[in-house]
Amino acid sequence: MIKYLLKKEFKQIIRNPFLPKMIFMFPLMVLLVFPWAASYEIRNLNLSVIDNDHSTFSKRLTQTITSSNYFRLTDESASYNQALKSIEKNKADIILEIPADFEKNIINREGTKVMISANAVNGMKGGIGMTYLSTIIANFNLTLISELYPEMAKSNSSVIQIDSQYRFNKNLNYQVFMVPALMVMILTLLCGFLPAMSIVFEKELGTMEQINVSPVPKITFILAKLIPFWLIGFIAITIGFLVAWLDYGLIPVGHFYIIYTFAAIYIFAISGMGIVISNYAQTLQQAVFIVFFFMMLFIMLSGLYTPVDSMPDWAQWIAAFNPLKHLMIVMRSIYLKGSNFIQLGGELAALLGFAVFFNGLAVWSYKKNN
Amino acid sequence: MDTVIKVENLTKRFGDFTAVDNITFEVKRGEIFGFLGANGAGKTTAMRMLCGLSIPTEGKGTVAGYDIFRQPELVKKSIGYMSQKFSMYEDLKVWENLELFGGIYGMHDKEIKIKTDELMGRLNFEEERDQLVKSLPLGFKQKLAFSVSIFHHPQVVFLDEPTGGVDPITRRRFWEMIYDATASGITVFVTTHYMDEAEYCDRVSIMVDGRIEALDSPMNLKRTYNAKNMDEVFQQLARKSTRKAD
Repeated sequence: MIKYLLKKEFKQIIRNPFLPKMIFMFPLMVLLVFPWAASYEIRNLNLSVIDNDHSTFSKRLTQTITSSNYFRLTDESASYNQALKSIEKNKADIILEIPADFEKNIINREGTKVMISANAVNGMKGGIGMTYLSTIIANFNLTLISELYPEMAKSNSSVIQIDSQYRFNKNLNYQVFMVPALMVMILTLLCGFLPAMSIVFEKELGTMEQINVSPVPKITFILAKLIPFWLIGFIAITIGFLVAWLDYGLIPVGHFYIIYTFAAIYIFAISGMGIVISNYAQTLQQAVFIVFFFMMLFIMLSGLYTPVDSMPDWAQWIAAFNPLKHLMIVMRSIYLKGSNFIQLGGELAALLGFAVFFNGLAVWSYKKNN
Repeated sequence: MDTVIKVENLTKRFGDFTAVDNITFEVKRGEIFGFLGANGAGKTTAMRMLCGLSIPTEGKGTVAGYDIFRQPELVKKSIGYMSQKFSMYEDLKVWENLELFGGIYGMHDKEIKIKTDELMGRLNFEEERDQLVKSLPLGFKQKLAFSVSIFHHPQVVFLDEPTGGVDPITRRRFWEMIYDATASGITVFVTTHYMDEAEYCDRVSIMVDGRIEALDSPMNLKRTYNAKNMDEVFQQLARKSTRKAD
């Protein structure tokens, strides 16, 4: 019996004017655009400089900063108040004030101070801007020391030297972190949204009633809805692998078959959830809003942008019941560290649990009569 | 003649509202049973209970020998259903719909193919066979929907206002198809608003406010209510209604 239902589902998907394009375009768009847009790297900070010294050194400092790529000099103000006005007008993000006698004090070995103040409306941006600028000034400081007082540079070398290295993502490349997680998003949106839409759509058309009045067992009908989404998910994620390799040079350190196994379980879980929603929604609008509500919650609590470990305890508890969070851990671990099934045993158990729970609920909540 | 549908004191309530109020009747094998009533009289609700789509609140009922409470899935195997809302898959071709519904009711590929060929020939549908259902005119769609509902040769077929919105000639053809179906042994349970169609039925029940007010052959009903035609019978009974039509 399922053979006929599957034939129907595949024909409907292929004949849909929109779906087949979406299956190919969606992973492309998400992976080509998102990693650049959703980046934490701060570039092009607008800098306002108040140069009260107008000396060679102060010019050199400004130049060092602007040649770093992170800052661009958008404003030169005569006073601090004027610089603040630039921030209010959104012309500047960060202010550097160089005092009068800057050069003179350095040469006379008297020491000097510069002031930086950052717009912290976006705390992240302000904080990172501050750090970048401090680092650049510190380096400039060292350069000056070695130029002007070489004897001091020698004696000043630290007792403890830090030899730091970043593992698994050597260059702290943001794309490396985002791309595997975005594959989870692709699976979630394609395989969570579409099955929900497909059943509610049948309700609206009235074909659902024609199925309900037939002897089709509940589980057969639901399986026939799920199986095409397995295939769709696999196609989408395979496109994802290709884009990750071609565009970002990313190849999983771990095995593909482990990723596909996890993806298979995950698609089963998330499309089961979509079907549960469709069983309770009577119209497409309702279904869209319910799915949207859960997706927002799931994405915020998934660790896509902000690490789950730094959330408050109660939020971490909610996140533990978020299938997205588990697959994101899995994808990042396999892609970057090459983890295997044993290392990811906890996630495997959690995802299997979700799959059984959601699909059990889907079959239970699908009522052929009322 | 044996009984195909047997209903005793069947009731359906939605909260305080009693949609179907204690109805009792029987339908014999091979009959065309007309189920009449104004809008909101409870026809569709009663029919949905018989099809296993709606769980009755009280009462007893068997369809094709199966209990509608305890064996709704077995009832579903033995019936066909054509809903008010046209419900073929519009993005499937004519033959694909037949294949799908044949397959759902457990028919084999070969059987489906033979019956499809036969049906296409009989309906003169050869040219439309490979067309998507959405491209067909309404009259075609309704004939097709009816053909699908009896494709697996059920014991009973339930038709919910099958001829809404089509012209008199198409309606006439449709009724010829219904007669063909009964000739092959299928019992027909049909709701309608057209009183001329009521005359085509072997027996007719008229529902008013969830209760069956009259049940007999059209001839006897006209005699009892001293009316020229079924329309007058219906008017006399339906006027008693206190329920607002939806």
